[in-house]
Amino acid sequence: MSGPPISHRSWTSGHPALCFQTCPVCGHAWYFQRPFCPACGDLAPESKVASGHGRLYALTTVERAPGESWQSMAPYNIVLVDADEGFRVMGHGAMGLRIGDRVTVGFITHENQMLPFFEASSLPAKKETT
Amino acid sequence: MSWITGVGMTSFGRHQDSDTLSLMSEAAMAALKDAGLERRQIDGLICGYSTTHPHLMLSTVFAEHFGLMLSIAHAMQLGGATGLAMLMLASELVLSGAAEHVLVVAGENRLSGQSSVDTLRSLAQVGHPTYEVPLGPTIPAYYALVASRYMHKYGVTEEDLAEHAVVMRSHAVNHPGAHHKQLIGLSDVMSSRVIASPLKLLDCCPVSDGGAAFVVSRERTGDIGVQVIGCAQAHTHQHVSAARDLTQFGASRSLKEAVAKSGATVADADYFAIYDSFTITLTILLEELGIAPRGEAGKMAREGWFGRDGRFPLNTHGGLLSYGHCGCAGAMAHLVEAQLQLTGRAEGRQVKSPTVALLHGDGGVLSSHVTAFLERVR
Repeated sequence: MSGPPISHRSWTSGHPALCFQTCPVCGHAWYFQRPFCPACGDLAPESKVASGHGRLYALTTVERAPGESWQSMAPYNIVLVDADEGFRVMGHGAMGLRIGDRVTVGFITHENQMLPFFEASSLPAKKETT
Repeated sequence: MSWITGVGMTSFGRHQDSDTLSLMSEAAMAALKDAGLERRQIDGLICGYSTTHPHLMLSTVFAEHFGLMLSIAHAMQLGGATGLAMLMLASELVLSGAAEHVLVVAGENRLSGQSSVDTLRSLAQVGHPTYEVPLGPTIPAYYALVASRYMHKYGVTEEDLAEHAVVMRSHAVNHPGAHHKQLIGLSDVMSSRVIASPLKLLDCCPVSDGGAAFVVSRERTGDIGVQVIGCAQAHTHQHVSAARDLTQFGASRSLKEAVAKSGATVADADYFAIYDSFTITLTILLEELGIAPRGEAGKMAREGWFGRDGRFPLNTHGGLLSYGHCGCAGAMAHLVEAQLQLTGRAEGRQVKSPTVALLHGDGGVLSSHVTAFLERVR
């Protein structure tokens, strides 16, 4: 792996990027960072920055939030997106999204916490998947 | 085979001056009395966790408090699956010879022991600390995500979900210990405020104080015996983001294994105790276990299949949705009711002479599954 550890480039540490890992041995792709492949155990996974494009898999609008800070933001959408690279990611989502929509990630900040925020894609999909 | 020789539980709801140990003790005393056993006869203990009494060694804290001298002690943490997973472990322990009588107990003042925001926040920690919790989700939101996908695939409607809340409440009105005993109709559920769409307030179980306990023994202690004839588990993921598919889960795998171990099938069962933290949970489990075809659990609820006199009498105490939910003891209440039903002691809620009960619990976000078959032996 070259460059800084992936956690330094991800939204989880305040950098506007969505990162994932793939296994050079078995081809598995996943989202939660770890130093091995959870499918085959290989010890040299590759860390990558995702394109940010995907398809909306699941969606909820949170009205009852966990605490005052979040309640001030409610209602907000929490979404699961199937990224084009083959991993699934949770994020916030724009109002009006529907399951199956093509979406693209952006980043917002709530109380010093950066969050992935998905909106409807303006670009046509490269490849149709369901 | 192992036997469930005694059961006991408290009422669920607000127990203002209770704490974890007092609720556990009350339930344990009732279970011992029911089994006809003295404290000195209990040589094994398994207890659940409590969010209001976090401790490294809750089992021995309870044993000391309650007055037990044990050969074996465990505390288990498996979310909503804990209750039935403790049944499985207790059963394995008595079958292996490690213990003669295992007391299984849990209790928690989850309602009065902390604020509702604290409860929401502590439960949301079931999410991933780096990739999910920072987004401000809640437990209802995790299940709502599941609901959105499941409903999308199988054509389930919000009314279909709501039917289950109505059925559970219609059962709870007949149990004096239930947290919520006021009859509700479909329109009450549909017009209750949205928590995390599509889930509304009455699609969600309440947070309660309460305790439940049972004794698993190598030999029966009473005339009518309830045998544990097969238990199995399946664990597929922890976090909702990491679930491979939100339209099928591990329940069918744990069921298959429990069927293989017990020789009983869903068709043999005439009482059903199914985890119902949310209406979507019950919907999915009923369909995943093959009790209802995909997409039809709500329709079957509407048609009365899950009522006391229906073909699939379900959670006749009112389930988590109406008897209440106080953590590990929540699902144990399903087991307590199943044992009462099998032994003909469910009073006004009694189903006509059931002989085989199918129990299923889930923990996390449909992550951990436990299936168990119980059989009445005269």
